[in-house]
Order: sequence, then structure tokens, then C-alpha cells
Amino acid sequence: MRSTVSPSARLPTEMATAAVVADRVDDRAPASRRSWWYPVAGASCVLAVLVGTMIGPAGPTWWRVPLALLDRLPVISVDSGVSDAEWAIVWEIRMPRVALAAVVGAMLSIAGASYQGVFRNPLVDPYLLGAAAGAGLGATIALTLGRAATADWPVDPVPSVAFVAALLTVLLTYTVGAAFGGVRSSVTLVLAGVAVVSLMTAIQAFILQRNSDLIREVYTWILGRLSNAQWDDVTIVTPYVVASSIVLLLHRRHLDLLRVGDDEAASLGTSVGRLRLIVVVAATLGTAAVVSVSGLIGFVGIVVPHLVRLLAGASYQRLLPLSLLFGATFLILADIPGRVLTDPAETPIGVVTAFIGAPFFLVVLRTRQVAR
Amino acid sequence: MSEIELRRVGVRYGPVEALAPFDGVVRSGEWLGLIGPNGAGKSSLLRAVVGLVAASGEVLVNGEPLASHTHRRRAQLVAYVPQDPLMPDDMNGFEYVLLGRTPYISYFASATRHDRTIVGEVLERLDLAHLGRRRLGALSGGERQRMVIGRALAQQAPILLLDEPTAALDIGHQQQALELVARLRAEHGLTVVSAMHDLTLAGLYSDRLALLHEGQLVASGPAMDVLRADTLREFYGVSVSVHHEPDGTVVVIPRRVAAR
Repeated sequence: MRSTVSPSARLPTEMATAAVVADRVDDRAPASRRSWWYPVAGASCVLAVLVGTMIGPAGPTWWRVPLALLDRLPVISVDSGVSDAEWAIVWEIRMPRVALAAVVGAMLSIAGASYQGVFRNPLVDPYLLGAAAGAGLGATIALTLGRAATADWPVDPVPSVAFVAALLTVLLTYTVGAAFGGVRSSVTLVLAGVAVVSLMTAIQAFILQRNSDLIREVYTWILGRLSNAQWDDVTIVTPYVVASSIVLLLHRRHLDLLRVGDDEAASLGTSVGRLRLIVVVAATLGTAAVVSVSGLIGFVGIVVPHLVRLLAGASYQRLLPLSLLFGATFLILADIPGRVLTDPAETPIGVVTAFIGAPFFLVVLRTRQVAR
Repeated sequence: MSEIELRRVGVRYGPVEALAPFDGVVRSGEWLGLIGPNGAGKSSLLRAVVGLVAASGEVLVNGEPLASHTHRRRAQLVAYVPQDPLMPDDMNGFEYVLLGRTPYISYFASATRHDRTIVGEVLERLDLAHLGRRRLGALSGGERQRMVIGRALAQQAPILLLDEPTAALDIGHQQQALELVARLRAEHGLTVVSAMHDLTLAGLYSDRLALLHEGQLVASGPAMDVLRADTLREFYGVSVSVHHEPDGTVVVIPRRVAAR
């Protein structure tokens, strides 16, 4: 393809000076910035996992946990002084919770960043388009109307129904927004999201009102899933998150292209409609999967990408991988106060993310404004 | 060699005919200026050539229908600068111009050293090298316009379509931008089609003008033949006097309508 018409290639002087020019122009600057942020994000992730496994009611003394973890590594042998019962608390209760928080936080953040890119609207998050409301409605339907019919099924249908409903809801929002205002109008899209979410919530309320004996079960499902995380939850959701993240990461260059608008992206040889569909489907797939195991955790998908933008710049080439890593860190850390604040009762994780995240975000915004 | 041929190219937006079936040839290396009042169909014609609007008829480049090529191949042949380009404030100049390399980067790959070299070279040529790292939001109007042209240039397409390239610029930057296009066209043998509002500038830079009115081609030819007071009065509804400079430049001067 490169051998096609390339007018400047005909000019020998240009090619001769090209190497010099490339050195003078700072195409290296973004690269050095990038290489600096990845280790930081990775390290923050590891630290968060450590802290997450060290803190919690009951269990071994906090400083013994890293020793116990080291002891489990092959070759290394350390006397951690952690009993088998204490190790069980770490491995069966804390670790799955930390792992699930990491997976969910990573997914919500990268999905939020991708939605923002594909709709060119920094206020869009995976929930605004209705993924959560759809999943909530799907779960409600499965838990109420479908309970009797599916009681003897070998597989719990709730996550699948939630997943499909989430996907359909986002597509509905997208279709309505595109039909009434074109996808260029972010206001129309946001309003379409508001309308569709309201509709889903209304249907959900209607169903719950007619099945009031199941309200508690439904709300437990929607709100409280990080607190009783099992390794099973992690293994169910991880393949979706991995597949979704890989697809999104592979399209991060295309998301940068969409920043200059649909027309120009198209004139540069990109099939915009197909690209948007791929990214929406991938991000919705991952979001729906994590919502179906974790319930509604707000704020993550919008705040983490924004923090990353403030720290490392707006290019999606950096934004997506860094959102993935910092998202995991953010949710692991945000989950910790929930365990100890109102000990022994649990504070729902969504409440904590908003409580910590909102002021923190405002402080960062403020600092950034002053620094500029 | 990059000749554009339009065969019965027409654009409809629902019941509205924006561009009546249009025939025409733009020869390789020629600069065609599209003029006409607002809504005459200039933008629709350009957008039809790039494939941004559904159009009837056929666009051929070097005798081959554009539609027979892949999206990427088309973008290697035709570069398009829209009227009001969307330039994200927080993207830097280098990243922006690098987007012009998109047609040469395969789907899952990222920009190569070669792509970055070409972008560096384009920035240097357009006197923008020192702005490569600057945020687009921090650039002046003239610098932004040069960045957009730079992006189209990085595309290395032999055909350049410009929709009102100077609409947002002051007279100095208008001249600068058009001189730049003229220079690049001369050096690279580009074929240029530009929609323009300023009739004097359109006549000055184009080899040939095409006057569109309500989707119809109503006049075509050298500036001398198209830019006539009676023609402009008929289609623009404007009162002008047309002045001919000794060097052949046609100057269109608006006149007061009301009696003084």
C-alpha cells in the first residue's frame, strides 16, 4: 500500500532531511511520558492489592499478610506465623474480593473511557447509556417473573439476562440518540440516555411493586455483590473483561481518530459506523458482565478516565491502558473503607466510591486549575 | 497523474436536491474553484467526492471508480479539509498531523517510524515544527489552519479537496494559507478543488471557476468569463463592479445598493 502515489516521496531532498527533522520534532516526548506512567500505574495496582489483602476485620495481623503471600510463591519460604485458619480468611474472603474489585474497577474505567471516546462526550459513562439500568431491569425480571420457570436450570440465568438486557438498553439509547440528534450532538445522546434509563427504572419499579416480597433479594443483588465475592465470581467475569479489554485496547488508535469528528475520520479511511459499533459492543459486553456480578458501582467509569487525562494527557493510546490499571487500583482502595467504616456491617461500594471519589476528584481539578 | 471525473454525480437530502446530476473533469494538477451562494451545493459536491454523503452517479479517479476502492485506498487518493474542522483542544499538533497517516496504517498496527518521519517533515515544511508539542487549543487561527493543511498533506494524497479553507482567517492568513496550497500544488503536482466565498481570491488562485446555483452548474471557465457583474447579480443577487487588473487579476468590488 505504501508504494501508492506519494508525492513527497518523489522529492529526494525531503527524504534526506527527514531523519534530522524527526529528531528535532518532539515525537519522542509522548513516548517518554508514556513509559513513565505505565510502571507507576502497575506499581499502584500491586500496592493496592497488598493493602487490600492486609486490611479487614478478623484475620492475621496486617504485616504478616505480605509474608504469607511471599511464602506461597514457588521457591520462596518464609515463616509468616499465619495460621491455616487465618490464611483461609485472606485467601477465601479477602483475595476474591480484591480480585473482583480489581477486575470490576478496570473494566468500568476502560469502558467509561471508550464510551467517552466513541461518543466524543466526556460526560458519558457506561451507566449513563443505560448498561446498568438495563442490567438491573434484566436481573429484576429474571429474579421475579422468571424465578419459577428457571428454578431447575443447572445454570443461574440472572447474569445472562442482565447481560443481554444491558446490551439491548445501550443500543436503544444509541439508536434513539442517533435518530433524533445525530451522534454528533452529545446533548441529544445524554438526554436519550436519561430517557431510556428512566424508562428502564420505571419498568423495574413497576415489576418490583407487583412482587414486593422479592424487593430485598433484588436490591441485594443490585447493591451488595462486592462484599460477598467468591472466586467463582472472578472466574465467571474475567473472560468477558479480558476479551472486552483486548478489543478496546486494539482500537485505541481509532478512538484518537474519532476525536476529530466522524467526517474527518471517514475521510481518513475509517468506517466510522462499524468502529463505533465494535467499541460499543465490546465496552457494553464487559460492563454488562461486571454489573451482573458486582451490581451498580457508580462514579468509577467517569472519574478514573478523567484523572488519567489530567495526569497523562488525553490521547486514547495512553488513556485506555492507564484507565485499566488505575481503575483496578481505585476500586480496590475504595472498597477498603467499606469493610472497616461501619464494621461489622458493610457500606455498599457504590456509596464509598462516590464518597471518596467526588471530593478527591474536585481537589485534583482544583489543583490542576491552579497549576495551569 | 490524478484526474477526477464526475459522471452524473448528484446529492439529495430527502426531498431536497442539493446537487443536480453533475458532469465534469478536473485535470491532473488543475485547481478548480467552486463558487456560489450559500446552499448552492459546493460542500455537497466535495462531500460526495470524498464519500461522506450518499451520492448518485460515479466519481472516477484516473479512470477508476472511487467506489471500487477500499476506504483506506480512497483516503490515499483524496484528502479532504472540511469547512469547520473539529480540533480537540487537548491534542497536540504532532498527534493531530499524525492522524493524516491513518490510511497507511493497517487496522491493528500503530504509526511507524516512517509515518512519524513524514509528519516531522510536513511540520517542518509548514513552519510548524516548533508547535508539534503545543496543544491545539493554544494555537492561533492561522496556525490551526496550517495544522489542518498539514494533516491533509501528511495523507500524501494527490487530490486535495478544501471546503472554505480561509473562511475563519484574516486577510493576511487567507493569503498565507492559499499561497501555501499553491506552493504545495506546484511542488507535488496536486489536483486541488476548493469551495470559496471570496470571489477575488477564488479567481486569483484557481485555474478555473465553477459557479453553482441551487445545485446547478450555471457557469464555468476562467475567472475572466465567470466573474462578471451581470452573472454575479443574477446568481448572488449582489451589486458589484468587476475590475480587471493589468496582470489579468479579476477584482470583485461590492457596491452600495441604496442611493447615497
